Amino acid sequence: MSAEPVRVDPDRAERLAEPGAAHLVEVRNLVKEFPIRGGILNRTIAVVQAVSGVSFDIRRGETLGLVGESGSGKTTVGRLMLRLIEPTSGTVRFDGADITYIHGGHLKPIRRRMQIIFQDPFASLDPRAPIGDSIGEGLRIHQIGSQAERREKVRRMMDLVGLSPYHARRYPHEFSGGQRQRIGIARALVVEPDLLVCDEPVSALDVSIQAQVLNLLKSLQRELDLTYLFIAHNMGVVEHISDRVAVMYLGKIVEVADRETTFRDPQHPYTQALLSAIPVPDPERRRRRVILKGDVPSPVNPPSGCRFNPRCQVRAELGGPAICAEQEPALLDLVPGQGHHQCACHFRGSGTAAPSTAAAGPASAASPAPGGATPAHGG
Amino acid sequence: MTLSQPSLDAAVDALTASPASSLRRDTIRNILRQRTAVVGLTIMLLLVLVAVFADVIAPFEPNVSMLDLGLPGTRGLPPCIHLLGCPADQTQHLMGLDSNLRDAFSRVIHGARVSLIIGLATVTVAIVIGTLIGAVAGYSGGRTDNVLMRLMDVVLSFPSLILAITIVTVLGTGLLNAMLAIAIVSIPVYARVMRASVLSVRESDFVTASRALGESSVGILSRRILPNALTPLIVQGTLGIGGAILEVAALSFVGVGAQPPTAEWGFMIASDRNLFFSAPHLIFFPGVAITLSVLAFNLIGDGLRDALDPRLNR
Repeated sequence: MSAEPVRVDPDRAERLAEPGAAHLVEVRNLVKEFPIRGGILNRTIAVVQAVSGVSFDIRRGETLGLVGESGSGKTTVGRLMLRLIEPTSGTVRFDGADITYIHGGHLKPIRRRMQIIFQDPFASLDPRAPIGDSIGEGLRIHQIGSQAERREKVRRMMDLVGLSPYHARRYPHEFSGGQRQRIGIARALVVEPDLLVCDEPVSALDVSIQAQVLNLLKSLQRELDLTYLFIAHNMGVVEHISDRVAVMYLGKIVEVADRETTFRDPQHPYTQALLSAIPVPDPERRRRRVILKGDVPSPVNPPSGCRFNPRCQVRAELGGPAICAEQEPALLDLVPGQGHHQCACHFRGSGTAAPSTAAAGPASAASPAPGGATPAHGG
Repeated sequence: MTLSQPSLDAAVDALTASPASSLRRDTIRNILRQRTAVVGLTIMLLLVLVAVFADVIAPFEPNVSMLDLGLPGTRGLPPCIHLLGCPADQTQHLMGLDSNLRDAFSRVIHGARVSLIIGLATVTVAIVIGTLIGAVAGYSGGRTDNVLMRLMDVVLSFPSLILAITIVTVLGTGLLNAMLAIAIVSIPVYARVMRASVLSVRESDFVTASRALGESSVGILSRRILPNALTPLIVQGTLGIGGAILEVAALSFVGVGAQPPTAEWGFMIASDRNLFFSAPHLIFFPGVAITLSVLAFNLIGDGLRDALDPRLNR
């Protein structure tokens, strides 16, 4: 396969690139702090800053990949968006309406339009419910159709995700991990949502099954006109499925760009390091591997300024400029006004403090490296 | 049991070949494969049969004295069994006569009915209230949880029998109040079991999925959490029936439970305890009855726990 991207469905790409393409989801300055309680009085002694001021948009019909290592807050972002946990501050707009603080009866119709699939296919299904009941749960809750219509809908949905109708009366423990993931997908999609949050849906699966489930998600997206927020830590998987990619580090988004740009021309030092960690299945090819020093700092006590500064290879090469530890970089357009590539770094793009003295040129940092999953032709 | 293992398996399979759900079928199969549980089930089945057909089995009315029937009798008469050489002109009393010249055998038989009702009713009341408290505490968490569970701790901090006696003293003696007292004292056990289950299930992904689908809290509790918490509750409840039978018998023995002339095992032991040396059989048989019924429910409870434990699934 050449270095040129050939996997983009041309119509889709055009539709997504449309300038006025409405945003299905707009997240602004989302913050979630989890209190740590302790002592005899059970007082709050510290807070974990799981998500600290995250803003992004998801366009209708696209797949936004959200990547980051464990503890970066990506799962929390997904659950905040779905109102499964309450944000400390910030807003979530869904289809133009602010849904951050609505409750009860007002929330229920919104719930139907946003669904989630989970990482662990064993924990995500009620072990005591036949899977037909699990899949039809949403129809029952929202009282969609008659009993017979619901059964028919469940049957059609099972067919769509590749399950046989006679499976409906079986229990989760009778299925394999991949099958269970399909059941979870069917349960989420049976209520015909607009948005699907995929919370590491393939991380727990066998590699051969991963591709199946990913391709299923892709074809379902085309057929049902779905919008995905795809949370993952596997760059190969993200490259395979995303239209745009947002990279998170320690509760903050550090870079947002379309898929090609992210993988071919990453700007943020963390993204560069992350991409250099993708194994290349070619022993002849040599590549500069950026090895980060140290561990991810504790989100209870994050570093001042740029959260990446204690481990940043670019900062080290620049001799440790003070601004990194003093001032928090904003997530800004790399080229002002263009808006399709944003990066939060003092030494990148429009807000650059010391232009192009950064030693690690972006082009040399990482070669386009297709990761683990073999990309199927998304024609 | 002299059946060989393959034929036993075949019998078990045949017994459980109904189109019932596979989960239930597996559970029944697992229980039937455990010898102790089968022993317990057999005893319980016998007890239930005896309780249901007490009127047919018992040769005499439980509360009728031989004097009223114009039959000769001696206070504390030893068992008179015709097959074992008791003269045929004497009335047969398998377990002898008690101090009121009543047929002890008939009273023990009718006692099974009383005790089973006591066990079931007491545990049912305790489970319903305990489950409710545990579910609310576990699901809402925070202050509600704290208040409810500390309340349960208060109940647990007293020796249960002493507390039960106190409650009966306040409410007034009698079998119904004794049952109520035992139910109240055993609420914390079920509340704790339920709360623990709720806490473990509440954070699971399938509950999150239900919430994402728009299910209400009540719906999540009743449709997702309760069915998954049922296993430990059933085990605890089965063990609890034995315990309730024993404790109500104890209250009756002390004199605050069943009142005369109820044919209740604990009360029977109490009323004839002054004949301990001259007619020990009057204490022995009700005692055996209590032991057997408690044993049966404990064996079943243990068997259920093993059968429902997924870690032991073969």
